[in-house]
Amino acid sequence: MSAISVQNLTFAYEKQIVLEKISLQVKEKDFLAIIGPNGGGKSTLLKLILGINKIQKGTIKIFEQEPSKKLSLIGYVPQNTNINIDFPIRVIDVVLMGHVPIVNLPKKSFFKKALRWRDEGETACAMGALGQVGMEEYAYKKIGSLSGGQRQRVMIARALCAHPKILLLDEPTASIDVDGQKQIYDLLKVLNKSITIVVVTHDISVVLEYASKVAHINKKLTFHDVSYQANFQKSNGHFCEVEMMQMLGAQKGCSC
Amino acid sequence: MLEALGYQFIQNAIIAGVLVSFASGIIGSLIVVNRMVFLAGGIAHTSYGGIGLAIYFGLPLFFGASLFACAAALLMAFVTINQRDKIDLFIGLIWAVGMAVGILLVDLTPGYNVDLMSYLFGSILAVSRDDIRYISLLLGLIVVIVFLFYKELLAVSYDSEYASLRGVNVRFFYTLILVLSALTIVVAIKVVGLILVIALLTIPIYIAEKLSSSLAWMMFLSGIISTLFTLVGLTLSYLYDLTSGATIIMVSALGLTSFLVYDKLKGRQRF
Repeated sequence: MSAISVQNLTFAYEKQIVLEKISLQVKEKDFLAIIGPNGGGKSTLLKLILGINKIQKGTIKIFEQEPSKKLSLIGYVPQNTNINIDFPIRVIDVVLMGHVPIVNLPKKSFFKKALRWRDEGETACAMGALGQVGMEEYAYKKIGSLSGGQRQRVMIARALCAHPKILLLDEPTASIDVDGQKQIYDLLKVLNKSITIVVVTHDISVVLEYASKVAHINKKLTFHDVSYQANFQKSNGHFCEVEMMQMLGAQKGCSC
Repeated sequence: MLEALGYQFIQNAIIAGVLVSFASGIIGSLIVVNRMVFLAGGIAHTSYGGIGLAIYFGLPLFFGASLFACAAALLMAFVTINQRDKIDLFIGLIWAVGMAVGILLVDLTPGYNVDLMSYLFGSILAVSRDDIRYISLLLGLIVVIVFLFYKELLAVSYDSEYASLRGVNVRFFYTLILVLSALTIVVAIKVVGLILVIALLTIPIYIAEKLSSSLAWMMFLSGIISTLFTLVGLTLSYLYDLTSGATIIMVSALGLTSFLVYDKLKGRQRF
């Protein structure tokens, strides 16, 4: 069964087409990297899957159902985690937001839930999620006092809080130093044993080292299985996008 | 000094000051973390239209002003949700038009020579028992709503996109925050006046934000700090015969300055 199935998806802001006839299958426990130029439509595709943007043409299915019905199975880590740094909130409270499930909450438990403010089970679960990303000891620190990489791991913990089957990450390492980036991807690799991972990234070396599939999106889609990545094992630890494009079967390419 | 406490109007002023401080501490916190300060300023000035409306039709002032301010808040919620790029233009427009409507309605009211200054700078010494009842009711309403929907309000304020993914009705809570702001601004106008209300909704909140590690603490601490500023300001205005609203704001500004200096010099304490 496909975790995510996109069929003939076309999307436009106003009259400008951003995505054109995208078809894409993500199987369970895939590690898909979505690459492509800025403005190529990568983030838009994520937002369509999440239902933040409304689908105009084509279909998206999550485990064979409408995305709106399966939202609870998707964990999302947004692109910019540097917003609201001054906000007076502790790490644990950010992670607890992964719960906030108001949908279909039976009326009887509503007041109980509201009045108790914090559920012990939920707190334990949030601590567990923090443990998974190695951030337990920071649980009662203010979010603004963490580094970018630590904050990103907290956001991953928030997404894990809802026990997702699919984890979507939008540029998770954009504002993080090299060591922090490696830690994040090593963490994703571990999570990938039980969770399907889709990551939008600029970082080509990630694709080679961690991803099992790669999709290049620039309005249209080029999709590749990189299980044959062994042939392309990084020789000097550095790959540029041009080489990547060559690997993906683009016609033209130059040395870099 | 102490004999002043025997006067009913002084007692009323103190009670109103404390109640409004807590209401504006809670709502001000939501306004600040949601970056709605300019919106709140717009609502404050627009509500003068409501005061004019109340005077013209002979309605109770709080009622008229609240009605008008709520209508303005709903309109702003509608526009800011649907047309984010034109927010400042729209706020500026509604800000000026609201005030103009108020002034014209007062002009048109036969035989009424209103003291505009008391609305611009507040009239805490003219608070009645009925006013206090209304303010208590409002504070009660705010506390109950924040208590019941704390998680949702927190989620919407911190990361509205994520909150909507988790099934929180972001538009509803955004509108709710604006409407509660409108109601709070109207009662705060009574204490410090509509020009100074923004200071009451931001200065104590800014200090509290620096000191708090949760939104709930920030709300409570804002209330305490605001109460302190209001009571000190009130005392000074009584002793030296100064305009109460302006004195309260100056005390707050001095408090903020000393806090910032202290904060720079010494590592800060967190709650």
